[in-house]
Amino acid sequence: MAAKVITVTSGKGGVGKTTNVANIAAGLALGGSKVVCIDGDIGLRNLDVVLGLENRIVYDLVDVIEGRCRLRQAMIKDKRIADLYLIPAAQTRDKTAVSPSDMVRLCDQLRLEFDWIVIDCPAGIERGFRNALAPADMVLVVTNPEISAVRDADRIIGLVEAEEKGPALLILNRVNMEMVKRGDMLTPDDVVDLLAIELIGIIPEDEQVLVGSNQGVPVVFDQKSRAGQAFRNVCARLNGENVPFMELEARPALFGRLGKLFRGAAN
Amino acid sequence: MDTMQQVSVEIKGVQNALLVTFGEGDWLSAEASLLQRVDAQNAFFKGGRLVVDVAQRKLKAADMGKFRDLLSERGVSLWGVLTTSVTTRETARRLGLATQLPGSKPVRRLSERRSTTPQEQEEALLIRKTLRSGMKIEHSGHVTVIGDVNPGAEIVAGGDVVVWGRLRGSVSAGVETNPNAIVCAMEMEPTHLRIADTIANVPARRRGEKRGPEMASIYKNEVIFRFWKK
Repeated sequence: MAAKVITVTSGKGGVGKTTNVANIAAGLALGGSKVVCIDGDIGLRNLDVVLGLENRIVYDLVDVIEGRCRLRQAMIKDKRIADLYLIPAAQTRDKTAVSPSDMVRLCDQLRLEFDWIVIDCPAGIERGFRNALAPADMVLVVTNPEISAVRDADRIIGLVEAEEKGPALLILNRVNMEMVKRGDMLTPDDVVDLLAIELIGIIPEDEQVLVGSNQGVPVVFDQKSRAGQAFRNVCARLNGENVPFMELEARPALFGRLGKLFRGAAN
Repeated sequence: MDTMQQVSVEIKGVQNALLVTFGEGDWLSAEASLLQRVDAQNAFFKGGRLVVDVAQRKLKAADMGKFRDLLSERGVSLWGVLTTSVTTRETARRLGLATQLPGSKPVRRLSERRSTTPQEQEEALLIRKTLRSGMKIEHSGHVTVIGDVNPGAEIVAGGDVVVWGRLRGSVSAGVETNPNAIVCAMEMEPTHLRIADTIANVPARRRGEKRGPEMASIYKNEVIFRFWKK
């Protein structure tokens, strides 16, 4: 096995990187792949909470890198899915505890055993970002349909290109169709138009996402949630399947027409 | 390490950074020699900002990124790269590194020239990609971009600026001395536009409004926008 390393990043904080990592990792594992996710946000860890594995942390990423434990000991096995693991971040240290080449070495060790390594990148463009980017084979940029988030995503995409890790793929998170229809929110079309990279997912705004994060159950497990379905679609696309975008998340070119259809169905 | 030759490394303090210059030798040897030096005198280097003069050596993004990471692992930050190679300068810019010494004004060299016509002898710079937020292009001649200039990106040119795409970032043409400079774009929606010393009053335009190609130039001390085709 030779794992593919996916780094999930955004530039701006609070757009849903960690939620995306948890759901994509869980979704890939649900699909039968062996997945490990790494929380790169040293000092501000929360991937463990979103995955519901908080109280099982003994060792963390920094312990592995500084040789206080073996890699195996820091890997927390998920309770629900057999092949999902988490390497949590240290909470009491900061980004400088890890270097980009540490991350490359760590991922090279993990590559042999897994299909996917998903790295949660911290907000910002400093050391933590470079740590998370160094081992990446593929970069997913998460953004919200909001001008400031899109501006930061644009900056990040430029940096990813500069490091020769591109082209990045785009996930548009928290799209509120009601607001798009009223013209109060950037449309997926607007965002893709500016960023000019390939779209791999549009995640609708869904209360269940927050509920899931708080309960430590990623929404991808919820068969009824539209956001869950959107995440499952992203995973299928990562696996090379050609999944059409959901009605709600129609491809930008078809957006208007399918948006109308959806509105018709809802009424 | 057997094939590495020892390259002389000279270090001096400039402004608030350390300027590193190398003797003869290829890049990998120069890099290794510098890192050796940093390791040997870590207390001196730690927390320092380096400006490295690589002279004519050609560095790709991977080389420079690795070099920066190796330094940062030693607690030293790579602040800038000085070079005579166009490739290396471009790489440094893409990685967000300075390409001149801290404190030196980029446009000073332009004003020395004092020409009022477009600098015909100047090389034009052709950029075939989208300029994204945070990217800055400075060039003493003309600049042509085939791609978009996104909000947050910046172009500073001594001559004209032509954007074969949407111009939504900020642009300064004919910096300081050349009021005859023009700015052209397929879609003109700059956040900031300046020709020589004159700042344009850019009308706030509706998002997604297609206006078509326009040209900005100075007319009676004001920047005006004209449609390419009436």
